[in-house]
Amino acid sequence: MASVTQNLFRLFRGETAAPGDAQQATGKEARAKRHSSGLAEFTKVIAGRENLCILDLGPTSPQNIALLTGMGHRIYNEDALLCSFDPKYQSKNEDGSSSVNIESFLSENLKYQGEQFDAVLAWDIPDYLHESLVKAAVARLATVMKPGGVLLAYFHTRDAGPEAPYYRYHIAGKDSLDLQRGPQFRLQRVFNNRHIENLFREFSNIKFFLARDNVREVLVVR
Amino acid sequence: MWKSGKPEERTAPAQPTVPSFEPKKEIRPMEPFKQPDNFRAADVANIGKSVIIKGELSGSEDLFLDGEVEGSIDLADHNLTIGPHGRIRANVHAKDVVIHGKVDGNVYGTDRVELKRSAVLTGDISTQRIVIEDGAYFKGAIDIKKESKPAASTVATSVVKETPKAFAAAASFEPSATPQVSFAEEKKY
Repeated sequence: MASVTQNLFRLFRGETAAPGDAQQATGKEARAKRHSSGLAEFTKVIAGRENLCILDLGPTSPQNIALLTGMGHRIYNEDALLCSFDPKYQSKNEDGSSSVNIESFLSENLKYQGEQFDAVLAWDIPDYLHESLVKAAVARLATVMKPGGVLLAYFHTRDAGPEAPYYRYHIAGKDSLDLQRGPQFRLQRVFNNRHIENLFREFSNIKFFLARDNVREVLVVR
Repeated sequence: MWKSGKPEERTAPAQPTVPSFEPKKEIRPMEPFKQPDNFRAADVANIGKSVIIKGELSGSEDLFLDGEVEGSIDLADHNLTIGPHGRIRANVHAKDVVIHGKVDGNVYGTDRVELKRSAVLTGDISTQRIVIEDGAYFKGAIDIKKESKPAASTVATSVVKETPKAFAAAASFEPSATPQVSFAEEKKY
């Protein structure tokens, strides 16, 4: 019964296949393939160039590291979302809600030299980051990216629902990703186009790609 | 929250500041540790999990390290395996570096660096070849060095193996004398 309900929700959300029904379910952790126009554009930008500095903000992905280092790039990996839930950055408000100490978080995370990165893979981290951290984290990314550098981010649309699962993204090809279920992070909010434009107002250009699975892909140019 | 009545209005989070789950604690899978098939105990020095070393650790034989080290580790042309109980706060320099435990420092593997699925590494990696198992945690930069002449490396290894030295651990903290490769900033312990 539960699976029937889940399938109905998938249809409602516009998904054609459940991530759990991965084509490549050979291992114990199944992965689903997903086309990404944003990634295709991202790949075009970095193609033919070597020794780029690329920052991957997702969980450690051996696949991404192997691919990008194989292309001659230097890769930096930082699981910013996981780090943000470190108890040392958390504090309790008077009303019982929790908040994140932004200064403390930024003093130990996303700490790089100015204008260091040619490209950033932010995936859907902004959707899951604590509300207070999002603007500060994006502002920090703007300072560590080179002018002309590109940032790839994904944003869920309203139809994805609050229980939209958190995925680890592994680059499978120039325009395809392997999706692997990650830890149970909860979607914190939904950005519409205007909010996304405001979020990246320090950047020079922004391009939207609307995917079929209720995810809005964004390629931002510093 | 998810009503579609006001499509252009930003949706407030269901629980604006409180995630619906406990903050993630760093729990790494601890699997039964198996020595590799080619592991020969007689050729490998062993530092057990109850040993704590502060200072400069250097040697000229392969090392299996399951304890705690704070300072620096320099094995030059020899292999280092950090066991599942290993807790290292040091810059590491060795030929092959295999990490099962936790390392906070830069890792320089002249030949290869391998992060097992239980590995937690915060620091930069510089090596010729890298293997990362799914599940390993890594925060830092990776720089893949172009391969140097392998023949010279092999000769140097065989010469050093004939004159093994004991590992030296200074009682007090001393910064590493070995230059380390880093892309951001050199870590000092």
